[in-house]
Amino acid sequence: MTQLVCENLSLGYNGRKIVEGLSFEVNAGDYLCIVGENGSGKSTLVKTLLGLMPPLSGVIRMSGLTRREIGYLPQQTDYQRDFPATAREIVLSGFQGANGAHPFYSAAQKKAASGNMEKTGVLPLARRCYRELSGGQQQRVLLARALCAASRMLLLDEPVAGLDIKAADRMYEAVEKLNAEGVTVIMISHDTSAVYRAGSVLHIGKTLFFGSREKYLESEAFRGLGGRGK
Amino acid sequence: MSGLASYFSYPFVKNALIVGALIALCSSLLGVTLVLRRFSFIGDGLSHVAFGAMAVAAALGISNDMPLTLVITVISAVLMLRAGGGAGIKGDAALAMVSVGALAVGYLLMNVFSKSSNLSGDVCSALFGSTSILTLTKLEVWLSVLLSVFTIAAFLLLYNKLFSVTFDESFAKAVGVKTGLYNLILALLTAVTVVLSMKLVGSLLISALIIFPALSAMRVFKSFLSVTVCAAAVGVLCTVCGIVASIVLATPVGATVVAVDIIVFGVFYAVGKLR
Ligand SMILES: Nc1ncnc2c1ncn2[C@@H]1O[C@H](COP(=O)(O)OP(=O)(O)OP(=O)(O)O)[C@@H](O)[C@H]1O
Ligand SMILES: [Mg+2]
Repeated sequence: MTQLVCENLSLGYNGRKIVEGLSFEVNAGDYLCIVGENGSGKSTLVKTLLGLMPPLSGVIRMSGLTRREIGYLPQQTDYQRDFPATAREIVLSGFQGANGAHPFYSAAQKKAASGNMEKTGVLPLARRCYRELSGGQQQRVLLARALCAASRMLLLDEPVAGLDIKAADRMYEAVEKLNAEGVTVIMISHDTSAVYRAGSVLHIGKTLFFGSREKYLESEAFRGLGGRGK
Repeated sequence: MSGLASYFSYPFVKNALIVGALIALCSSLLGVTLVLRRFSFIGDGLSHVAFGAMAVAAALGISNDMPLTLVITVISAVLMLRAGGGAGIKGDAALAMVSVGALAVGYLLMNVFSKSSNLSGDVCSALFGSTSILTLTKLEVWLSVLLSVFTIAAFLLLYNKLFSVTFDESFAKAVGVKTGLYNLILALLTAVTVVLSMKLVGSLLISALIIFPALSAMRVFKSFLSVTVCAAAVGVLCTVCGIVASIVLATPVGATVVAVDIIVFGVFYAVGKLR
């Protein structure tokens, strides 16, 4: 079942185009990897999909999915890295969108937050201070928060940036487990490591590519990114 | 000791302590969010605007200047949030312009229009607070109590929203939190708090009330809740001790309160390092 279709999208800021002619679609349960060099417009695409900014032209269609049902893991900013808050406080804040004007979290939400921390392997860290966690642990806390916001589709912006290989693997495993449970995953990356884990690939930059991973590994675009095939 | 107790029998001392504690509570609660969002400059800019507004009230010969100051400061808060939000360096410079401009115009107005025989005393009191907390009228006490209770209630109801917007605004916006609305409320609450604080510490020292308790708490505590609670406690205690000390030692109230804040920050800094 198709969840998300983008047709002939042009993206950019203040009328200045960064990407144009972007078309792709995502089915329920897919694992799509979006790759491209630094500055090619990946985060811009994410922000557009989330409705944080409008596309310059083109259409985004969602079926059986609303924007609210997309969980989002933003590219991390430095100042969050030393924020005084516990992992649990941060994970709970994922429910804020669903709460509307309601001021407090319900008991069911608190339980669900624990469940999501369990899924991403950070439940033992729930009471620890976020700024004292490792980069990989921080990312898995944010993944749990994204799950609280929505459990049908996850949009992850460079979730393994700055992590060592072991921490990156744990992150990838957590994401794969969620994908196996039926969550649609869209993962952004600026290198090729994530490509091997995905089902399909969208490459943005000077050349555009959208298709299965197998086809991508043989494509011109992949070689442009520094990939050398298998 | 009995000397100290006798001070508390004076109603003006009781009023000063009640109003001072409430003001400290408001500013330290908001301070946590403002500091973490790097919004301290808004408090600073608003305090200068409040000074300018007070001067306008004085020039117009309005004896109770709080309502007018409140209106002008609230409007400026909304404008500042707009400017600070999108325009980058230009926004930053615009804020500095408004803030320093208000200070200059305020002083000018006071100079030209003041009928007071003690002009430099008035200016000093507006900038550094001096004794205005000890000379509150009944109306001012009630207005202060009302506004602080309102601010504290709003903060408590919005606590979780403010947390999510403070920690990660773009995430909050993406999941459907009305971030614009909460930013606006935050700016309004800040404006109200700034106007209230004018009475206690004066225009130039307001930022201290906002940032010191939050910074102290962040040195030692590790969850947002404990930081918030600790900042509130530190803010209130420092202010009460500062007011009492200033009466006993016959020092300026605002500066004494801030001095206590600084000492406590030093203690928290040391404790944080020792851990
Ligand atoms: N708020 C903004 N206003 C104007 N231009 C912007 C803004 N944010 C990003 N850009 C520009 O848009 C282009 C694409 O940025 P984007 O953040 O989407 O890149 P990216 O592919 O995510 O890169 P990275 O791998 O470094 O995260 C860049 O040239 C950037 O300078
Ligand atoms: Mg990016």
